[in-house]
Amino acid sequence: MNTSSPSPTTRLGPRSPAQLFWVCTGVSLQGFGGVVAIVQRELVERRGWLTPAEFAEDWAVAQTLPGANVVNLSMMLGGRYFGLRGAAAAVAGMLAVPALLLVALAVLYGGVSSSPAVQGALRGVGAVAAGLIAATALKMLPTLRHNPLGPWLAGVLAVLAWVAVALLHVPLIGVLATLGLASCGLAFWRLGRAGAVPAQARGVASQTAPAAPHPHAAPPAAESREWP
Amino acid sequence: MSFSPADWLAMALHFMALSLMAVGGAVSTAPEMHRYIVQQRHWLSGEQFNASIALAQAAPGPNLLFVTLVGWQIGWQAGQQSGLQASAWAAAWPWLLAGLGALTALLSMLLPSAVLTYSATRWLARNQARRSVRAFRSGLAPIVIALLFATAWVLSRAHPEVHQPWRLWLLTVAATVVAWRTRWRLIGLIAVGAVLGALGWV
Repeated sequence: MNTSSPSPTTRLGPRSPAQLFWVCTGVSLQGFGGVVAIVQRELVERRGWLTPAEFAEDWAVAQTLPGANVVNLSMMLGGRYFGLRGAAAAVAGMLAVPALLLVALAVLYGGVSSSPAVQGALRGVGAVAAGLIAATALKMLPTLRHNPLGPWLAGVLAVLAWVAVALLHVPLIGVLATLGLASCGLAFWRLGRAGAVPAQARGVASQTAPAAPHPHAAPPAAESREWP
Repeated sequence: MSFSPADWLAMALHFMALSLMAVGGAVSTAPEMHRYIVQQRHWLSGEQFNASIALAQAAPGPNLLFVTLVGWQIGWQAGQQSGLQASAWAAAWPWLLAGLGALTALLSMLLPSAVLTYSATRWLARNQARRSVRAFRSGLAPIVIALLFATAWVLSRAHPEVHQPWRLWLLTVAATVVAWRTRWRLIGLIAVGAVLGALGWV
């Protein structure tokens, strides 16, 4: 912990895996239509367990690795403090109670699902949910401007991927194996052509984060990561 | 629909494969899950599948949890066709299978990516400046975004039985713009959608 501006001794963090579990449960239960915003407010702003820079960095990684990004993020956080136990506690906190709640809701819904009002409400919620996902994608779109692929190439790849999945119903694995691989290959080539980029020029790291979290989040040095 | 042990295994393997493909979040695998579970295997109707996503979106918690409901419903249906004599045991059977389905789906969707991510984050954290790591991150960015748009597309077209789908599309577009351009509470938008739907306006 040799980089953060607050002195290392004031560094805050969860006291135990159990506390981590309950804090994550609380965060998750507040997260309607997206837990990320709550994570940011609760863990960064209120508790100070992560600096804004660390959050931006972790989020970019959590986003690009497979799996639910909030689950990935909580796993990284828990892992940093308590190793595997911490990761398990954080993920269980994010999922266990909300999963039970959701199943209870589904059972209630099963009892009333033939009611036209309930059917209609679900239809309305579904339409809004589609909009929320589209909005998340729209918020991520400007990050392509700074993509090493360049906005045009990135845009073409995105459109191709969309057409393949949404219109042609190509299986996801096929899209990842062709367009995904091609995209990573092109990025690799572009990065090489751009010359050796100093490790400090780290705009890239946060570019996959939605809604540009903390553009001022200056170089979060790799050394700041502390794994048990 | 009869649901054999082989089908349980197929379901688990499908979710495990999706888990590793879920870049951009679990919900970005929804089109693929829909293709397999609804169109290919007919385990669920399109309505049931969409209700799972809509309920999970409406409830708190990560969107990943919609797979819990997909598994729950598949298990429940499997339990309905047990052909057991009427008894307390027969009454409990669908609940047991539904629980098993939910647990199978959630853990299958969770564990492969969790193991991968846990080890990968350690490695990535140490190698952030590498060209290959940066190419991986930036190369997947446009694909991740496209998958989110595709998910929104699949969700918004999910109501073939509705007479006036344009009203639903309008609601989707309105929700998109508001969530994109304002800082309104998302739960408020969800509530508006529920009320409009319950009143029969969409």
